[in-house]
Order: sequence, then C-alpha cells, then structure tokens
Amino acid sequence: MDFKNSDTIPGPRTEDRLPHTAEAAVKIVIVGGFGVGKTTMVGSVSEIRPLTTEETMTQAGIGVDDNYGSASKTATTVAMDFGRISITDQLVLYLFGTPGQERFWFLWNGLFEGALGAVVLVDTRRLDVSFDVMGRLEERGVPFVVAVNTFPDAPRYPVAELRGALDLAEEIPILDCDVRRRASSRDVLLTLTRFLHSIAMKGPLG
Amino acid sequence: MTPPQRQRRSPGQEPYAASSAAGPPSKDDGTPNPERLFVIGGEGGGERADIDLVTLIVARADPPVSATPEQAALLRLCAAPLSAAELSAYLGLPFSVVTVLLTDLLATELVQARAPVVRQKVADRNLLEAVMHGLQKL
Repeated sequence: MDFKNSDTIPGPRTEDRLPHTAEAAVKIVIVGGFGVGKTTMVGSVSEIRPLTTEETMTQAGIGVDDNYGSASKTATTVAMDFGRISITDQLVLYLFGTPGQERFWFLWNGLFEGALGAVVLVDTRRLDVSFDVMGRLEERGVPFVVAVNTFPDAPRYPVAELRGALDLAEEIPILDCDVRRRASSRDVLLTLTRFLHSIAMKGPLG
Repeated sequence: MTPPQRQRRSPGQEPYAASSAAGPPSKDDGTPNPERLFVIGGEGGGERADIDLVTLIVARADPPVSATPEQAALLRLCAAPLSAAELSAYLGLPFSVVTVLLTDLLATELVQARAPVVRQKVADRNLLEAVMHGLQKL
C-alpha cells in the first residue's frame, strides 16, 4: 500500500465508529474447515461489514533451519475474517473466523488463549475435518460448542449419534444452525455464552 | 450411514510447540496473563508491546509532523476507539506490522491501549450476562 497520501485510506464509516466510552473488548473464535461457513456466520451477525486481517509467514520461519536467501523460501499469507457486535456502550464483542489448521493459530498472539470460548462449525459431509480442531481446543482448555451448519445435501445424524462420533462430553452443546440466518447464528453465540455461564456457575475451572 | 469416530483429548496435553516460529513468540505455557501489557518480544531484539487482536486503540493526539505516513494514517483511524485487528484491516497491513507501529506510538504516548477482557480461570458471570443480553437484542 502507498502511504504517501494517508488521507485517502478508507477508515470505518461514521456509523461503524465505536463510541469513546468503549473501554474493553472480548472475542469469540469461530473455527472450522475451509468452506464450512465461518465467514458467512461472522457476516450474518456482525454490525460491520466483515473485515480481514492478514499475516504473512515464511517457510524459513517455520522450518528448522533458516535457508535465508534461498529461492525456495516461500511466503504464505493467512487471512482471518472478523466482525463486531457492540454489547453495551462500554463492551464490544469481536468474532474471528479462523482457519482450522493449528499451524496458523500462533500467528495471532493469544487468539484462543484470550477468547471467551469457541464455536466449532462442522459440516457433516466432512465431519473428520473438525476432529483435530476439537482436540486442540480440549488440550488448551478452551470451552467450545459444536454448531452443525446444515447444508441441504449433508447427512443428518441424531444428536446422540453425533455426540458419540465426536466423543463429546454430555454438557457440551451441539446444535444445528443455518449460518446464513442472523437469528440462527445469534442463537449459536447465545448457546456458547450460556454454556460459558454454566461453567462459571460451577466455579473455578481445572 | 455411520459417521467417522473421534477420540476426546484432555487439557494439559502438550500443545503444538510453535513458539520459535515466525511472528511474535507465543506464550510457552499457554497461560494468559491479563496484567502483563508489555512484553519483550519480536525478533532481532526489538521490543514489542503485547497487543491483542481486540486491544482497543485510541489516539491521544493529532499526528505530529514527525510521524511516518503509516503512523499518521493509524492515528487518524483511531480518533475513535478501534481494535488492533480493525487497524490491520483498514491499513491493509499484517497484524505483526501493526503491532510494531503501535509499540512506537505507545512508547511516545500518541495512542492509548485499552486491554481486552480475556478468559479467566473463573469466568466473570456479570460479563457473560452482559454478552447474553447484548446478543438477545440482535
């Protein structure tokens, strides 16, 4: 980007500006495989048009040896879409749709560690794509709910069967959703928040 | 048709160790510390402020004449509070670059950072209730 004329950089529209009273933000991460509907979900509930933050990683940065200067060094740009919901004049909620591959997560400092919780968005046609993500969240102690984005041609499983297949504890909510619908996406976030609240009521986490 | 079968994992299992990889080093033990606003980070010995994606940034002053074009653009953007993630999006810069810019601007007190509320061992019920009420209004 050319910064010679910084006046031309498009900022937030007037209606997208946060009030000066905004003092803190929280985040919820929506994680799932490619094409499962993360960005659609972010867009359906966000008060702003979804935005994208990018990070670049180089192969040399990941590898064990630094073959700098080598022509084989490749850069990968990882993009993450996000949206925003103003909760009160003081509190703002951000939603991040994150690639399912864990090797990207470290690019954003504290992406999961600081999040209130996560939504694992699954497609029953490719259920196993989400297995690793759930395992990683469990290892990190990040509370999550499972939202099944109901594609028309996807197999429907009874919740009990799905719970068994995903090996999820009884208390972890599983729900169907249509991420294109605002109310449906909102209900997923509400289910997560209620779940987090129920954990909080039980006292300190392990 | 039978779905594929997964096996549950437990907390504390060795997480993916990528702390030496590109970008800001991640916390080794994965324990969030909301008190710690500044850390020594980055590569090449540079200091980098501990900026979260949702740290809210507010300009404290108009861009000084000495400001770089990037700094000036950033300061104009956050005349009203804006998250670091939004700054990255509007500036079209990688998040790590925004973090470096913000480190300088924080050091010279040209911006103020409002730290995010992060997940605690004991979640804040009032906070969660506020989020629920906010979502219900959607």
